[in-house]
Amino acid sequence: MPDLRRLPLQVIAYSAFAALIGYFASLPNYQYGDAAAATVKVSLSHAAERVKPCVKLTPEEIAELAMNMRRTEVCERERLPVVLEMDIDGRPVLRLEAPPSGLWGDGPAYVYERLDVSPGPHVLSVRLRDTARQGGWNYSREERVELLAGRYFTITFKAETGGFSFR
Amino acid sequence: MAVLKRVCRFLLERVERGFDIAFGQACNPFSYLGALGWYFFWIVAGTGIYLYIFFDTGVTDAYASVERITHDQWYLGGVMRSLHRYASDALVIVVFLHLLREFSLDRLRGKRFFAWLTGVPTLVFIYLCGISGYWMVWDQLAQYIAIATAEWLDALPFFGEPIANNFLNSTTLSGRFFTLLVFIHIFAPLFMLVLMWVHIQRHAQAKVNPPAPLAVGTAVALVALSLVHPAVSQAPADLDVVPVAVGLDWFYLAGYPLLDVIPGGQLWLIVAGGGLLLALLPWIPPVRQAPAAVVSLDNCNGCARCFEDCPYSAITMEPRSDGKAYDLEAVVNDDNCMSCGICVGACPTATPFRRATAIVPGIELPEYPVADLRETTIAESSQFVRGRRVLVYACEHCGSQSLADDSTRVITMPCVAMLPPAFIDFALSRNLADGIAVAGCADGDCFYRLGGEWMRQRVAGDRDPRLRGRVDHRRLRLLYSRASERQLRTTSIAEFAADLRKLPKNRGSGRSRDA
Ligand code: HEM
Ligand code: SF4
Ligand code: SF4
Repeated sequence: MPDLRRLPLQVIAYSAFAALIGYFASLPNYQYGDAAAATVKVSLSHAAERVKPCVKLTPEEIAELAMNMRRTEVCERERLPVVLEMDIDGRPVLRLEAPPSGLWGDGPAYVYERLDVSPGPHVLSVRLRDTARQGGWNYSREERVELLAGRYFTITFKAETGGFSFR
Repeated sequence: MAVLKRVCRFLLERVERGFDIAFGQACNPFSYLGALGWYFFWIVAGTGIYLYIFFDTGVTDAYASVERITHDQWYLGGVMRSLHRYASDALVIVVFLHLLREFSLDRLRGKRFFAWLTGVPTLVFIYLCGISGYWMVWDQLAQYIAIATAEWLDALPFFGEPIANNFLNSTTLSGRFFTLLVFIHIFAPLFMLVLMWVHIQRHAQAKVNPPAPLAVGTAVALVALSLVHPAVSQAPADLDVVPVAVGLDWFYLAGYPLLDVIPGGQLWLIVAGGGLLLALLPWIPPVRQAPAAVVSLDNCNGCARCFEDCPYSAITMEPRSDGKAYDLEAVVNDDNCMSCGICVGACPTATPFRRATAIVPGIELPEYPVADLRETTIAESSQFVRGRRVLVYACEHCGSQSLADDSTRVITMPCVAMLPPAFIDFALSRNLADGIAVAGCADGDCFYRLGGEWMRQRVAGDRDPRLRGRVDHRRLRLLYSRASERQLRTTSIAEFAADLRKLPKNRGSGRSRDA
């Protein structure tokens, strides 16, 4: 029953179908990153100090507690936000206050930021505050770095290893 | 909404008519979009199993293993990979056309909501499969997807530590996430298959296989594409390097560039809102539902023809409840019944060769009693003014009403298969017309799915209830066309009338013989 006169039309239809798929399966390219820029990523996960300092219990108070509830201090769970600042060549590029995570605000604060910067030598300085102190910083780092075009430069933070690390 | 549907129908119908020319009505790919979806799914599944045998599921070795498949065994593995990718893309194309087409035909409202509603989550799974698939190659495209997806997921308030932290630089990459992906890429298609199966549960004999010419044609096209333009990876992922220009598969990844324009949270709202709107379309606006078919037990002999012909599995045959000598009786599930009337046309008791008052068939549509159909047939036959008298039994969806004139009378019903074949015999033997035309939707594209095909088989004597052998087939014409093919219908009827003129005038066969 196949009608041979239809064949050429079918060949055209199938070719168009294949061409449509073949083309859009990988083209046109999407310009995502800027090849002429360096990208700085700042990422951290850090638990700031608690809003209210823990209160040491007196021996009498400990004795009043049920056996399985005994501990030496009571703490309120809520934590402070982490305050983070970054300057590049003295110009402020990041000012943020990351709230603690968790339903009761007792978890670590998370930061993930990505920004494009012109490549070349720059002075990067980052500062972090995780306590209730007025002014000043708990951690900071300033360094002259060479930012390469088309590459990521990552700034991470770990209190246990002394604060910021650059890569 | 109605206007939007009409515009879609207008445009699609133009394209479909073009494909009618190339493929013929009965093999038009637009009538088999769902079936082609199944077909491409199987191709993707089959090639996927092959690829998985050679794929290394570790993040460090995945890329190299895909390169080996692509280049070292380009003649088999490479083709499999290309087919896997291209059949997935073909799936996206046919599914969106399928969605658009069902929408334009308004086959989603009222009781027909089921297929639509279950179609929406399959869309999600299609994307889950496609995106996780591109991720597994772990090239620069995968890296881009990883970062963009992680950042997008992080815009949701449920995750603690940002997922994007996994992809900060090459030291933070962990195999954990990659394993999760491989897992998703295997289980998402399985869930999708279950959903696809659920999707067609309210369809009797769903079209899940395209006709052989389409299956062969699309397979050849995809294999040819795979050989001419094999699917390849981009440069290997390097989390220290910014992916600059990425070649996207726009069928799956077209949404990603939006993330650079619209904040992630807003894009979630748009996607969720769009999905919800899509899921609610069957009720926007609500549709008036014709009452379901009703069984008259006094006249049902339990022959199960209605059960076999119902396109929506709305009839079940159950043990007799009225003590009659038959084993079974037909029972209609009102929720599934689309009031197409196809069961009426199947019922051997729906015959006009009786006094009108006596006609109560075993199953009937309350809004279209068979007794009325008999009366209308007689009434219309008295309206002929001149020429060869052509009586047209037409469905409501193919636009045949406009054929009516002095020598052509039109009687409409929900579906042509609602017409018991005995009516054709009746009209001709009682000399109510010189010829009978049965006008329905395009071949293979019945609004109620199977009506056109059942009618054809009944008339040809291949399906019960069969048209009686004494009917002169020169006086009968099946005219299946698309709603917009006005001209074609008019000329076909004119040709039919001309052919009838070559025959002697119908004199009927008298009443005595069929009493
Ligand atoms: C993998 C994806 C899909 C596959 C394989 C698929 C397949 C099918 C098949 C085989 C049928 C039965 C056709 C017939 O026998 O008449 C069907 C019907 C239908 N599909 Fe899909 N489908 C998919 C996705 C969708 C989506 C995304 C939607 C819309 C949201 C949708 C809406 C419908 C509707 C409304 C019908 C019923 C038409 C009627 O009532 O006759 N489908 N589909
Ligand atoms: S009217 Fe159509 S859907 Fe309803 S029971 Fe009859 S054949 Fe099935
Ligand atoms: S076709 Fe008619 S007689 Fe046969 S089972 Fe159905 S309703 Fe009963």
